[in-house]
Amino acid sequence: LSRIGDELYLEPTERGLSLRTVNSSRSAFASFLFAPLFFQRYEAGGPPPDRELFRCKVLMKSFLGVFRSLPSLEKTVGKCLILLKPQASRLVVQLHCKYGVTKTHNLAFQECERLQAVFDTQRCASSLCAPARVLAEAVVHFPLTLAEVTLRTGPGGKIGLQNYVEDEAEPSKTMVTELWLAKDEFETVAVAPGSHITFCLKEFRGLLTFAEASNLPLTIHYDAPGRPAVFTLDDAVLEVHLVLATLSDPESSLQPPAANGVSHLPTPSEDFPDDLESYMIAMETSAYEEGSGVPPSPTFPLHTPHPAESNPEEEEEEEEEEGAVPGTPPHKKFRSLFFGSVLTPGGPSPAPTQEVLAEDSEDES
Amino acid sequence: MPFSAQPPASGEPYVLTASLDNARHLSSLLRAVHFQDHATCFATANGLRVTVEDAKCIQANAFIQAEIFQEFAVQEESVTFRINLSVLLDCLTIFGTSSLPGTSTALRMCYRGYGYPLMLFLEEGGVVTVCKINTQEPDQLLDFDFCSTKVVNKIILQSEGLREAFAELDMTSEVLQITMSPDKPYFRLSTFGNAGSAHLDYPRDSDLMETFHCNQTQTNRYKISLLKPSTKALALSCKVSIRTDAQGFLSLQYMIRNEDGQICFVEYYCCPDEDITEAEM
Repeated sequence: LSRIGDELYLEPTERGLSLRTVNSSRSAFASFLFAPLFFQRYEAGGPPPDRELFRCKVLMKSFLGVFRSLPSLEKTVGKCLILLKPQASRLVVQLHCKYGVTKTHNLAFQECERLQAVFDTQRCASSLCAPARVLAEAVVHFPLTLAEVTLRTGPGGKIGLQNYVEDEAEPSKTMVTELWLAKDEFETVAVAPGSHITFCLKEFRGLLTFAEASNLPLTIHYDAPGRPAVFTLDDAVLEVHLVLATLSDPESSLQPPAANGVSHLPTPSEDFPDDLESYMIAMETSAYEEGSGVPPSPTFPLHTPHPAESNPEEEEEEEEEEGAVPGTPPHKKFRSLFFGSVLTPGGPSPAPTQEVLAEDSEDES
Repeated sequence: MPFSAQPPASGEPYVLTASLDNARHLSSLLRAVHFQDHATCFATANGLRVTVEDAKCIQANAFIQAEIFQEFAVQEESVTFRINLSVLLDCLTIFGTSSLPGTSTALRMCYRGYGYPLMLFLEEGGVVTVCKINTQEPDQLLDFDFCSTKVVNKIILQSEGLREAFAELDMTSEVLQITMSPDKPYFRLSTFGNAGSAHLDYPRDSDLMETFHCNQTQTNRYKISLLKPSTKALALSCKVSIRTDAQGFLSLQYMIRNEDGQICFVEYYCCPDEDITEAEM
């Protein structure tokens, strides 16, 4: 999570403890939901009868400071207790270590609105599921500095990854790396033919590292270019979602995304060029109906009529950037499709097309 | 020892002569007190003491007793001089700091007395280096007057338990607060930094605790920037004794075992921070 945002949102719910973050340009959102079973003891909500659920946010740096040294943590810490004390305005993290030593951290927190991205994996045209290892081995071929990557479907059901090259870059000076994965490397493949999606690799890398370490298969849900791509990890006690904005297609004759029903407060992205629609993750007000901790069934901005027809979105697995992600590069026409921002028709100057490998025609419906 | 005792060219005898087969026995200890450029060296027949001070609040002493040296001779009752510790350490480690097993730098140290430079002869693998470091007037040193009769609370801990704690101290906190008490929390280290407060509690019955003699509950704060250098001594040591007196002065004594299994001591004395307001527990 620290690869994406600077603040950690903690939201205890009936369904478990949700840890979330969003990046500064609001083009990436991630949430980890730990089911009660993950913990030895889990009590959400204040003392009865209220059982009021309280959420807060802390500085990522402060929280990480508690868990500074992972190897020594593994060796010395037996138990970790996390208490939220609204009255004292402190989030208490207590580590019970070897030799009876107790480390207590009292972190200052801020109250906050709920942080929620809007997305609906059900409404995504395409999905892929692969063991994390397969994807990790694929992205290792791309340089660490690569910002965006394009994922696309190809002939024979193959899935390809290619580094995203901007229009402005000189073809003769750019190196293009492309790799194709056979369908059988994936656990499931349900993709719209010719689809593609381009997203930020840096932000994705962090999730990938976690997935590899926990040996979980990674599922990618995507739709038309410009619509958010959702990466999920599922486990008996953990649900992880990473929602990334994707590059919209220049040629897409997309209608501007209609505002979805979400009540939100769109805020213009500071990083985006003027002509870019503002896609922001609005801070959801508590008015928004939502199940505990789980992202609500996302309401996609109605940007293309039928997800199934939205053509190739190249999904490139973007790797997480170290530290705070600056968000999608300003010059790219990324749409952070959280909360369905309303975009002007024909929107911003079209995103640069992929050259060379743009074998998939962009015929947006 | 690679060098035979040389009579001083000018005819004046050396007031201090010392030889050490492995210079690391000296350099590692000096590093543990190296938080200022200058140090005062004090040599008697018992051995060598190197003292570093800062802000008139903190003093660190490294003791290398005569038995550690292969040769240690002091012609006067005591020999004192001030020297640039950074330069001394650079010379002692002139052949590099990596400690390959089997190789060591041999050292011979000679000092003719007041006004003369300290001569170092260092040899490793047949290569000899001669260093001459200027000495200065010794400074007046603080006397913390910390004797065992005045000690209120005393704890001896295995260093292993404190090493990580000191290395990870929240440096955004201005103070390190130490609480010692016959009741809970027994022994607590606290910091108050930007992220919030952090407390590290050691119970009296912990396996790490070798000695626990606390008669009175005391909470004292010390400037963390002054104590942080003691982490180096802690890292080298196997045991540490923590003592406070009635005024809240802190004594940290580190027992260090060198490569040959010999024991040396490093101690830190620190004044409590005067801007203390009641500690937030």
